[in-house]
Amino acid sequence: MKYILMMNTMRAGESVPKWPTKDLQAHIAFMLNLNKSLRESGELVSAEGLAFPDQARLVRAGKDGAPITDGVFPESKEFLAGFWIVQVDTPERAYTIAARASAAPGPGGAPLNMPIEVRQVMSGPPPEML
Amino acid sequence: MKYILMMTGTKADFDWYATWPKRDLQAQLAFMHSFTKELKDSGVLVATEGLAFPNEAKIVRAAADGSPITDGVFPESKEFLAGYWIVDVETPDQAYQLAARVSAGPGPKDRGNQPIEVRPVMSGPPPEML
Amino acid sequence: MTPEPDNFEHLLRELAPQVLGAVIRRFRDFSSAEDAVQEALVAAALQWPREGVPDNPRAWLIQVAARRMTDYLRSEVARRRRETAAVMELDQVAPSAIIGSAADQDDTLILLFMCCHSALTSSSAIALTLRAVGGLTTNEIAIAFLVPEPTMAQRISRAKRSIKDSGVRFSLPTSQERAQRLGAVLHVLYLIFNEGYTSSAGPNLQRLELSHEAIRLTRAVHHLLPDDAEVAGLLALMLLTDARRAARTGSDGELIPLTKQDRALWDQKQISEGLALLTKTLSKGSIGAYQLQASIAAVHDEAGRAEDTDWPQILALYDLLKRMSDNPMVTLNHAIAAAMVHGPAAGLELLHGLDTDGRLSGHHRLDAVRAHLLEMAGDHEAAITHYRIAASRTTSLPERNYLMTQAARLDESAGD
Repeated sequence: MKYILMMNTMRAGESVPKWPTKDLQAHIAFMLNLNKSLRESGELVSAEGLAFPDQARLVRAGKDGAPITDGVFPESKEFLAGFWIVQVDTPERAYTIAARASAAPGPGGAPLNMPIEVRQVMSGPPPEML
Repeated sequence: MKYILMMTGTKADFDWYATWPKRDLQAQLAFMHSFTKELKDSGVLVATEGLAFPNEAKIVRAAADGSPITDGVFPESKEFLAGYWIVDVETPDQAYQLAARVSAGPGPKDRGNQPIEVRPVMSGPPPEML
Repeated sequence: MTPEPDNFEHLLRELAPQVLGAVIRRFRDFSSAEDAVQEALVAAALQWPREGVPDNPRAWLIQVAARRMTDYLRSEVARRRRETAAVMELDQVAPSAIIGSAADQDDTLILLFMCCHSALTSSSAIALTLRAVGGLTTNEIAIAFLVPEPTMAQRISRAKRSIKDSGVRFSLPTSQERAQRLGAVLHVLYLIFNEGYTSSAGPNLQRLELSHEAIRLTRAVHHLLPDDAEVAGLLALMLLTDARRAARTGSDGELIPLTKQDRALWDQKQISEGLALLTKTLSKGSIGAYQLQASIAAVHDEAGRAEDTDWPQILALYDLLKRMSDNPMVTLNHAIAAAMVHGPAAGLELLHGLDTDGRLSGHHRLDAVRAHLLEMAGDHEAAITHYRIAASRTTSLPERNYLMTQAARLDESAGD
C-alpha cells in the first residue's frame, strides 16, 4: 500500500526557522537519517522538499486559456513543505513512520510535534468515479 | 527546473466532485489521463500521483514514547491535496502554462476554472560557495 | 592487447561516437542509427562479460549496429512497399565496407555539433549529447538527472526529431558557422559539468559523475581541436574546479565554502594538468571567457591557504571578464573580489547596480552575496536578514541548509 506523508508546516510570508546552529544541524541530520533508513528498509518511494511560499503561484486558466498567476495568499493558508511517499504493508506502519517524522527535533532539541497528514495514494482512478 | 502542480479541494469540494454527472467525471478522468500522457511524451514528466478521497485522512503526531497519535478531525476550510504532477521544464512560465491547461480541464464550470498551486521543487546541484 | 572485461564500459563509451559516425555515414539516418548503436552497446554490455571483449571491439559494434539498421530498413521498405531491388542492394553491403573510415576522427566533433544545435533546448541537447556522444544509456542519464527513464527516453527521442526537422546535415559546420556552433557545444559541455551531483532524494543508486563525463567529452574535443584556445580554456576550467570537489562537501553532504575548504583534499594532479593547459593557451595571446574563468580558478587553486589567495589578481581578471560578459553572476563574483581587495563597502557599492537588474531581482544569489559582504562589513543584523532571505529563495537544499546555518552562526555570536 502506498501512503503519502505530508508536512503542511509552511505559511505565507514566513521566513526560515531562526534556531541556534546546533539545533538546526540536529534537525537536518535527523531528516537525512530518516530518509536514509527508509531507503534502506525499502519503504521509501520518493521524498521531496518544496520551495518557500513566496515562490508559490496559484494559476488559473484565463478566458483564452492563458495562465493567470497570483502570488498573494491568506496568512492562514497551509503550504506543503515537503512529503514522503512510502510503500508499506499496513496503515499502522505509515502512521509509525509519520510519528517519527513528527518528532523531528527543533529549537532546544525538543521534538517539533509537527502534524503529519497521512493519506493513501491511489494506484488508479478512485473506483467510485468509474 | 522541477515544479509541482497541485490540485486541492476542501471536503465540500470533494463531496461536490462526487456529485458530478457521470459524463463529466469520465471526461475529466480522460483529460487527466491524456494530459499525463502528453507530459510523458514531451519528456517533462517526473512524477504524478492521485490521492484517495480525504475521508480516511489522518493527522499523526508522536506521543511521549514516540508512538503515533492519530486524529481524523479537520476544519471545514482545510484544503486537501487531490493529486499532483512534478514536471521538469526550462522556465517557470512553462510550468504555469501546464497548470493553466489543468485549470481549464473539463468539468462543470459553474465555479470557474480550478486554481492550481505551482511550487518549485527543491533540486539542482549545490553550487560552490565562495 | 585485449582490454579487461571490467574496463569495457569505458571502452564502450569511447567507441560509441565512432561507431555511430560510421553507421550514419553508411545509412544516412541519424535517428535510427543512434537507436541501432544503442542496441549494439546494450548487446555488448550483456555479451562481453560472458564471452570476453572481442579482438576488434569497434568492428564488432559496427557489425551489430549495421545488422540492426538493415533489419530496420528492411521492415521500413516492406512497410512502404519499395522496389525489392533496393532490399537486395542492402544485402550486398558488407560491414567491412564501413569500418576504418578515414573520416573517423571527425565524427565525434560532427556528432557534437549536431547534438548541440541551436534547434534544441538546453536540456534536450544535454540529454542527446550524453547519449550519442557520451555513449551513456538512457537509464544512466535518467538517474543522473533524477527523472524517470521513459521521460528521458522521450526527451532524447524528441531531440532527435528536432534535429531531423531542422535539416542539420551530418558534416562539419562551414567556417562561417563554426565559431557560433562550437560556442554552443562548449556551452552544453559547461552545463553538463555544472550539473554536478544533486543530493539524492531517491533510492541510493550508483550515480554517474556528470562532471567527469563533461571533462571526458571536453578532453575529446581538445584532442581533436588542440589549437582552439577556448576549448583548452574550458577543459582547464573544469579540471581546476573539479580538483576541489572532495573538499566541497562535508560528511553529511553539507556545503563547505571555498575559503574554509581543507586544501589537502584538493586533487593536485588535476590542478597541475589544468595549470599546464592554461599556461600553454595563454601563451598564444588570445583571451576568451573560459580562459579567464580558468585563470580565476587557477589563482584560487595556487593558494596553499585561503589567506594566501591573490585577490588583486582575481579582481583584475574579473574586471576583464566583466568587459566581455554582462552575465550578472560575473558582476556578483566581481563584487566579492572587490570586497576582498578594497573592503566590503566597495563590494556592496557594486551590488547596488544589480538591484535594478531584472535578471537578478528576487534571485537568491544576490541576497547571499549581499549577506556575505554585510557580514564582512560587520553589519551582522542585516547580514542575518539577507542570509535568511537567500535561504528562503534558493531551490537547492544543501544551499538552503548552508545559508540558514550561516545566519544561525551569526545570530549566536551576536548574543555573546
